[in-house]
Amino acid sequence: MSTFLGMPTAPPRSPYGTGHLRGDRTFPEAAHDELRNEQLRRNLGRATRTIRTKRLDVTGELPDWEQLRDAGSAIKTDTMNRLPELLEQLERKVTERGGTVHWARDGVEANEIVTRLIRATGSSDVIKVKSMATQEIGLNEHLEAAGITPYETDLAELIVQLADDRPSHILVPAIHRNRDEIRQIFLDEIPGVDPDLDNVPARLAAAARAYLREKFMTTRVAVSGANFGIAETGTLTVVESEGNGRMCLTLPDTLITVMGIEKVLPRHQDLEVFLQLLPRSSTGERMNPYTSMWTGVTPGDGPQDFHLVLLDNGRTAALADAIGREALNCIRCSACLNVCPVYERAGGHAYGSTYPGPIGAVLTPQLAGMHAAKNDPNSSLPYASSLCGACFDACPVKIDIPSMLVELRHQHTEQSGTTAEKLAMKAAAAVMSRPTLFTAAQKAASLGRAVGGRDGTVPRLPAPFGGWSDSRDLAAPPKQSFRAWLSSAEGAETMRAAAEEGAGRTADTPEEDR
Amino acid sequence: MTTPTARETVLGRIRDALALAPAPDTVIPRTYRTGRTLPDGERLALLTDRLVDYRATVHPCTADRTAEVVAGILNERGARRIGVPDGLDERWLGAYDGEVRRDSADVPAPSLDALDGVVTASAVSCAETGTIFLDGSPDQGRRALSLVPDLHVCVVDLSSVVAGVPEAVARLVPERPTTLISGPSATSDIELERVEGVHGPRTLAVVIRTDA
Amino acid sequence: MRIGLFATCLGDTLFPEAVKSTAVLLARLGHDVVFPPGQTCCGQMHVNTGYQREPVPLVRNFAEQFGDTSIDAVVMPSASCAGSVRHQHEIVAERYGDAALRAGVATVKAKTYELSELLVDVLGVTRVGAYFPHRVTYHPTCHSLRMLRVGDKPLRLLRAVEEIDLVELPEADACCGFGGTFALKNSETSTAMLQDKMHHISGTKADVCTAGDSSCLMQIGGGLSRIRSGTRTLHLAQILGSTRTAPYALTEAAL
Repeated sequence: MSTFLGMPTAPPRSPYGTGHLRGDRTFPEAAHDELRNEQLRRNLGRATRTIRTKRLDVTGELPDWEQLRDAGSAIKTDTMNRLPELLEQLERKVTERGGTVHWARDGVEANEIVTRLIRATGSSDVIKVKSMATQEIGLNEHLEAAGITPYETDLAELIVQLADDRPSHILVPAIHRNRDEIRQIFLDEIPGVDPDLDNVPARLAAAARAYLREKFMTTRVAVSGANFGIAETGTLTVVESEGNGRMCLTLPDTLITVMGIEKVLPRHQDLEVFLQLLPRSSTGERMNPYTSMWTGVTPGDGPQDFHLVLLDNGRTAALADAIGREALNCIRCSACLNVCPVYERAGGHAYGSTYPGPIGAVLTPQLAGMHAAKNDPNSSLPYASSLCGACFDACPVKIDIPSMLVELRHQHTEQSGTTAEKLAMKAAAAVMSRPTLFTAAQKAASLGRAVGGRDGTVPRLPAPFGGWSDSRDLAAPPKQSFRAWLSSAEGAETMRAAAEEGAGRTADTPEEDR
Repeated sequence: MTTPTARETVLGRIRDALALAPAPDTVIPRTYRTGRTLPDGERLALLTDRLVDYRATVHPCTADRTAEVVAGILNERGARRIGVPDGLDERWLGAYDGEVRRDSADVPAPSLDALDGVVTASAVSCAETGTIFLDGSPDQGRRALSLVPDLHVCVVDLSSVVAGVPEAVARLVPERPTTLISGPSATSDIELERVEGVHGPRTLAVVIRTDA
Repeated sequence: MRIGLFATCLGDTLFPEAVKSTAVLLARLGHDVVFPPGQTCCGQMHVNTGYQREPVPLVRNFAEQFGDTSIDAVVMPSASCAGSVRHQHEIVAERYGDAALRAGVATVKAKTYELSELLVDVLGVTRVGAYFPHRVTYHPTCHSLRMLRVGDKPLRLLRAVEEIDLVELPEADACCGFGGTFALKNSETSTAMLQDKMHHISGTKADVCTAGDSSCLMQIGGGLSRIRSGTRTLHLAQILGSTRTAPYALTEAAL
């Protein structure tokens, strides 16, 4: 083993071809289709605008919001630094309290563990709480192939599952669907649903309640994720709204929780930070309706058979990157998605991963790699950003996503060998690092005015600039660069006159009004 | 040489990762607000404001009127058969004339679905977020009891209401199964528009005893 | 004050009027404007596109051109270039440079400012003697807002302009969709962002949409020109450089 030899080796990514950490086409290709979906654009625009306003209201009312962000960021960083001891402590505490801890190197192994545990109960059905980890590893597909029926119980996950669709948002997986579409999905897919069901959200929610009630009362096994796992006490936490989480965590005999190893927190006290950061950042509420905390097994209360599956699946590979590891600090609030102008237009499906949006663009390539195949779609994710920085400002644990995107772009170019783009960049840098060449190039650009149209704009540009001229004009280069003007007689005279005025001004008005 | 277990492999990978990319020590700045106190009136007003915002109903009263207020809520909601935790103060039900079932661990959880409502006490509440914490104590019962029935009447003593989240978390016993309740069950899954009432109790009535 | 002017490669070559206005404005305010002739490009495009080895000579050249201790401050009419100097040069120097480069980068970083920062924070002036009798809306560029945190400094400068009719831009803090090579690699998403930005700009019925970055104005202006909007773009420096004696002559062209 590597550690045995004393030479650390880079941990592996999530195995290629498993789970949902890679789309089948690049971001620009997928966005091309999604952008044409007017319904999607409207749904996303409306929903993200709503949540942005709510988030700003409830984060703005806390005078210590920035201090909470600083604490949250530091706690997560500290956690990553001490991950081995914290996981071992968590394991010990959960075991002491009657739970069983399993370790999974990757999604395949986690799926096998969960399947084996469900089979051991004799149940062929399982109810599920919304969980990013089980989505990431494709647990549902694995269970179905094994003859076990998973029932998603979160309203949005239910909508996605009934429509045979894919989630498009971390928090609200059906954000791409509007009420009319959801009504139709329920009419088509829920057995015995009221045919007069209308599109009022409250009545749609009531229909889901009626449908799932019987599943909650009869299914003996549940699978959940976890928002936090407290090493100090072995306490696991699920943050939710609808009560489906409480149902799954409370009513069955057996509970299986799949948790990424980065979800551990050192101390119970740390919840005082994250229970403030998470709800306000995610749904824009002061607190989410329900949070459940449990520690192993409690006699007479809840599942008497509890299993915790600790999942790697590329997390250690991310941890091995000094810059990239910050993505592991993510608490899955989805604030970055809601403020991202790219996400708002292209939607979550364009990212091809369980983790869409800005955090997905940095987390997905690190978990699953971006050079696993020729033209790996994941290599397009770090470029799916205008680097506007809105995500960094919104992140409750201050993940510097723009800097990470730039870093991943660099890792991509370093891995890509010699490309036309790299040669062009080298050539551009060579010209620009020598002022004489740069000046000559500027003159050539000025000559480019010849290609200008009658109205002073450049017509359609050749590749790779064609995308620009599809929707934007480009002014023809000016007759004269700034430096040429400055060294011209006109430039010298203008600057001399301005300086003269300035000399007079400083004499007259030494102090400026503010 | 034996094949390493998944546990050994994952822990080994983490140690490798930390060796490849060592991180400097981190100091956690806990400069956010902790240990806050607020006068009774402010805590009551804040908690009430938050609960109403979540569409819970709030019923402030003095302790000697607990039974009367609880019965009033249950009757108004037409709750004729209710469940209570085994350790609930029986005087609280003194004015209620419907059927009361004392819960116990051997009652199958699905049968709780036949109840019209549940009355519980609470462990601690956070005024700033409108959050009530239940911790499975004998007067709060097992988690299923306050979940399955559609009406939850929760009694909160003002002395157990603290200002903010840090003050509330500090009062918890971590190993107890704990449920944080902030209003009735809700969802924002349809166009991010909040709708009250999905799987948990669709009605949450909070009785705040101002002198207890 | 002796101020080193960095024209930026884009400003020098394609948008010289914004740089001229910057130079003239600072001279008019009584400052000594120097233009180190060996300057070229800050390398931002390279770094943002994923190239960090290639721009090392550019980073070195910038540090050499502006490192002179006789230069009190370095100014550029671009928040994104100022952001590159302040945030990216040290990353490049740390990774692919030597000790001399790291030292040089640290020296220039500490005295580099975007135009509105220089005026308001360093020179302590908001009323620069500008006159601009037109309806104007201001788009805060992402890097000015979230990388440099210039806040309302550009707006304070604009509010002090005589005769200006300054109107608020709805959803002003939303990105215009430029993002350097993002506008090429993801041109359709970029266009979708631009469409919303143009919608808000058109709604203000402004004669001019201004900003502190010629690159973003190239995107916005290119779009407004294509849809034959009545609004044209102009760099903040050009509005601040317009005076009663030499007023800016607004033309029909959107670019």
